[in-house]
Amino acid sequence: MSAAPSNPLTLAYYPGCSQTGTAAEYDRSSRACCAALGVELVDVPDWTCCGSTPAHTVDHFLAGALAARNLLQAELAGHDRVTTPCPSCLAALRTASHHLAEAPAENGAPQDSGPNYRAEVERLLDRPAPLRATAVSVLQVLTEDVGVEAIASAVTRPLTGLRVAPYYGCIMNRPPGLMQFDDPENPTAMDRVLEACGATVVDYPFKTECCGAAFGMPRLDIMQRLSARLLDMAASCGVDAIVVACPLCQMNLDLRRGQVNAFSHSQGGTHHAMPVPYFTQLLGLALGLPESGLGLDKLVLPLGPALTAARAREDERIARTQAELAAKAARKNGTSANGNGSKENTPCA
Amino acid sequence: MQTPVRPLNLAQARDPDFQAAVARDSGQHLASCYQCGNCTAGCSYTPDYDFPVHQVMRLVQLGLKESALSCRSIWLCATCQACTTRCPNNIDVARVMDVLRHMARQAGYAPEPGVKTFTDSFLASVAKHGRVFEVGLAAVFAIKSGKPLQDAGLGLPMLTHGKLSLTPHEPEGNGKAEVAAIFARFDRVAAQKARAHSPGETPGNGKKGGGE
Repeated sequence: MSAAPSNPLTLAYYPGCSQTGTAAEYDRSSRACCAALGVELVDVPDWTCCGSTPAHTVDHFLAGALAARNLLQAELAGHDRVTTPCPSCLAALRTASHHLAEAPAENGAPQDSGPNYRAEVERLLDRPAPLRATAVSVLQVLTEDVGVEAIASAVTRPLTGLRVAPYYGCIMNRPPGLMQFDDPENPTAMDRVLEACGATVVDYPFKTECCGAAFGMPRLDIMQRLSARLLDMAASCGVDAIVVACPLCQMNLDLRRGQVNAFSHSQGGTHHAMPVPYFTQLLGLALGLPESGLGLDKLVLPLGPALTAARAREDERIARTQAELAAKAARKNGTSANGNGSKENTPCA
Repeated sequence: MQTPVRPLNLAQARDPDFQAAVARDSGQHLASCYQCGNCTAGCSYTPDYDFPVHQVMRLVQLGLKESALSCRSIWLCATCQACTTRCPNNIDVARVMDVLRHMARQAGYAPEPGVKTFTDSFLASVAKHGRVFEVGLAAVFAIKSGKPLQDAGLGLPMLTHGKLSLTPHEPEGNGKAEVAAIFARFDRVAAQKARAHSPGETPGNGKKGGGE
C-alpha cells in the first residue's frame, strides 16, 4: 500500500445496494457509529454491485468479477481493507479475495485442476484482478479494531433494561474458514456490543438460523415459515426487540412482518409486534448520537414503545430496589437499637 | 405443506463425466461424503426439498445426472452455509449445490421458475444500472412471475418510512459501463461454452430480458 492513511483506523467503505434503498438506516447508523468511535470510512470510489447471492448461483467467475471490481477500486485508492455493514456483500467480497489468493497471479496450476480462478475473473474484468484487498464487516471492525471496552467507555446513554435477542443471520460468520470471525455456531460479537450499550442480551437459540433470505419474492411461503419461527422464539425469550446485522433479515422481519404475521395467524400462532433495529442503531443511541442520524424513523415497527417500556421497567426496578434498601436500613436501625449485632454486611443466603 | 421426497432411482445410467465435472467445478472431494446426514439435519429448507441435501450429494456420488439436475432442492438452497459449516469431512456442500445449479441452468432446467426469474431479474438490474435498483427489481419480478399483487401491500409502509426509492442510485463514474461490459463478456463466454459442450442447446446465462 503506497499511500498509508494517517489514522490507523481508516478503512475503505462499501455500502452495498440495499444500503442506498431499503436499508438506508443501516448505512446511516453504521457511518454515524464509526465516526463517533474514531473509525474513518472512505467510500470505495464508484462502487458497483458485489453480485450478492444471485451472481454466485449463476456462475462463480461472474460473481468473482463483480465482487473483484470493487476490491480493485479500493486497492487502487490505497486500501487493503474494505468494510461493509452487509453480510451478503461481505460474503461476496471475501469469497472473491479468498479464491484470488488461492489462485496466484503467476498462472500457477490451481489445486482443483479446474480453470484458473484469477485468469477467468481477469478475463471478465478485462484488467488485472486485485492482489491483496479483502473485506471485513463493520461488526468485526467495531469489536476487534475499536474493541468492546472502548465502546463501553464511550456509552453515554446506556440502554439499561432493554431486553434484546441478537440475530446474526446465516452468513456473518459462516463458513468459518472463509469468514474468519467469531464463532460460527454461537457468535457473540453483537452480544458483547449490545451488553456494552447496557442492554440485557438474552441467550437467543436461533442466532444463525435462516430467515428465508431472498425467497420473500419467489417463494413467500418459505420466507413466512422461517421468519415466523424466529419471531416465535424471540417472543418466548421475552425480548423487547430482535437486533439484526443484515438488511435482508431486517426486511423479512420488519417490512414483511404483516406477511409473516398472516402466516402465523393461519397456523393458529400469534402476531408479534416487536421492532427489529440494526445493532448500529442501538449502538448509536447508547453513544448519545442524535436520533435523526440513525434513521429510526425508517423502521416499519417503531422502536419507541420498546424503549419506553424498557425505561418504565427500569424505573420500576430502581424504585423497588430503593424501597427494599430503605426497608432493610430501617430494619437494621431497629436491630442496632436493640443492641444485637454490629456487622455492616450481612452475608447473603 | 411439505414437498414429498422423491425416491432415488438407482436404475438410471451412471454418468462418470458428470461426477468428474461436479468435482472439478466445485473443487470438492465428493467421495468423502459418508452420508451422515449432518447437512440435512441443519438445513432450514429440508421441508421444501424434493431430495434432502445429503441425498443430493448421494445423487452426485452415484453419477445420477438427470435426477440431480432436475431437482428442486438445488434452486431452493439459500446458501446459508449451515451444511458447509457442519460437514465433518469439510466438504463445501453449498458450493456443490451452486455448481449443480449452474449445470441445471445450462441444461435448461427450471423446476422453480420463480427463483430463476428472481435471479435473472436481479442480475438484469445490475447489468443495466451497475447496482441493484430494488424498486425496479420488485416491479419486474411482479410482472414476470405472474404474481403482481403479492407484495403490493409493502408499497405503503415503504412509502411512509422513506424506503421507496423510485430512481436507481447508479455509480457516479465509469462503474455502470464496466459492469455492463463484465456481463457482456460473460454472456459471450457462456454462449461459446454452450456451443462447445452441447450443440443445439440454448445457453442458460445470467442476463435475461431488458430489465426495468
